[in-house]
Amino acid sequence: MKIPSELRYTKTHEWVRRQGERELVVGITEHAQEELKDVVFVELPPVGKQVKAGEAVAVVESVKAAFDIYAPVSGTIATVNAQLGSKPQLVNQDAYGEGWFFAIAPSQPGEWEQLMSAGDYAKTFQVST
Amino acid sequence: MLRAIGVARFEELLSDIPAQLRMPTLALPAGLSELELLAKAKGLAQLNQSTEQVDSYLGAGMYDHHIPAVVDALASRGEFATAYTPYQAEASQGTLQAIYEYQTMICELTGMEVANASLYDGASSLAEAALVALRTTGRQRLLVSQAVHPEYRQVLRTYLDGNGVHLAELPVPSGITEASRVAEQVSPDVAAVIVQTPNFFGCLETLAELAEAAHAKGALVIVCVYPVALGIIQPPGAAGADIVVGEGQSLGNPMSYGGPTLGFFAARQELVRKIPGRLAGRTIDAEQQCGYVLTLQAREQHIRREKASSNICTNEGLLALRATIHLSALGPQGLREVALLNVQKSHYAYEQLLQVPHVAPVFTQPFFNEFVIRFSEGVSSDRLLRQLSAERILGGVGLQRWYPALAGAWLVCVTETKTKAQIDRFVETLTKAVQATHG
Repeated sequence: MKIPSELRYTKTHEWVRRQGERELVVGITEHAQEELKDVVFVELPPVGKQVKAGEAVAVVESVKAAFDIYAPVSGTIATVNAQLGSKPQLVNQDAYGEGWFFAIAPSQPGEWEQLMSAGDYAKTFQVST
Repeated sequence: MLRAIGVARFEELLSDIPAQLRMPTLALPAGLSELELLAKAKGLAQLNQSTEQVDSYLGAGMYDHHIPAVVDALASRGEFATAYTPYQAEASQGTLQAIYEYQTMICELTGMEVANASLYDGASSLAEAALVALRTTGRQRLLVSQAVHPEYRQVLRTYLDGNGVHLAELPVPSGITEASRVAEQVSPDVAAVIVQTPNFFGCLETLAELAEAAHAKGALVIVCVYPVALGIIQPPGAAGADIVVGEGQSLGNPMSYGGPTLGFFAARQELVRKIPGRLAGRTIDAEQQCGYVLTLQAREQHIRREKASSNICTNEGLLALRATIHLSALGPQGLREVALLNVQKSHYAYEQLLQVPHVAPVFTQPFFNEFVIRFSEGVSSDRLLRQLSAERILGGVGLQRWYPALAGAWLVCVTETKTKAQIDRFVETLTKAVQATHG
């Protein structure tokens, strides 16, 4: 089970990648997509939406159920992964790459530090790497 | 079994109930024999009036239409009448296919791309459509025509209560909703413009113009439609409707003193994940055979709970089935013929009624099978209704209940069920009643 060490994580199974000072890319972990099974639909937030850390901003729907995806940090939605509209399966196939959900322009720099490390995520959810 | 759970006597299981309540003596009369019971029930039933005993010209949301015998014959089959909810697809293929066919027919009739498995009634379907528009646009205002059924508007208000949504009404002095008025009132915070056609007064709305005015400001267009009229009028989908709803009772279902009823709901494809209700879908199984399932269930409350598109988790299965059989029996040609009969007979009745002394028109708009007439000042239209009723004719619905400005006016409906002789009797009886008092 891949849990890239350069990424940070949330208790709700989002991963976060720092892409320069002003952009944090967000997706869901391998562990999460495996539990979800085949993703059939992703509802993404509108670009420009202001979000708060911990707020539900997207929905991922699989053959099993529908789950909320939470903003890991506060800020503004900068871009969304339009590909997921026609290819929701990218979330399963490439969870840390092409399966990204949205990018946030963060408003509170300190929040990045409070996210979980790869090791903490693995330990909390007892996922072996 | 009592031994297995360690209880000596059955009565011990009732020990929590106070002794005096356990087996109370009830003041019931002696039982009746089957013969006595049938006679008693028949006596009570005979106090009711049905369209078999009276000529009813009542409409206003529930309609007296002919239902071909095949509808009862098929819908009452055990396989349909006893089927319950289709959540286990493998055991519900018949029900699911019937629902799928129903959805398909509703789409064809309304000119829309997707329809659900039905809701409770026209009123709640309308309210649910308004909620979809609010959710989709994120706006907080709604514009509804006063020619939409007054009780549907009441239900809409109930659904919106406490939501912080502002509901504004569009007056209809000419009998139809004017596009210029819509253009004036639709602002960028309006989520939807809601109209009905034929409207409550029976008049046909000019949908294309109304839709254009609404869309110009990004508002959705919700149309409530009388399904029998769709036999000849342009489908609302072709005129620009975003959501089409209505009451399906007039498709193969009796009036039954007001219910059960059948709400249909259809929308454009892009709204499919926001709409309420069950959706039957067609797919193929592991052996490449065609099969039917409930689909897009992630909208529904058993999965999304408080985030679901609606709290509804049922449909009007038997009524939707009857509507489907009814439409299959008629076919597009038959439905068109029924619609034409409605137009012809109602217009004949209208012309004849306007020749009765002291009767005058109210609106001058084209109508389908309902129209409004009023009486000269000093004529008691309530008394006339009573006099007609004594002659087994229900002449019309008095409008003062909902439209004070139209106090004394009648909403009269003539369907294909009325013969020329019956209509002539209506006109003659009314004429005699008017002349007897007013000369």
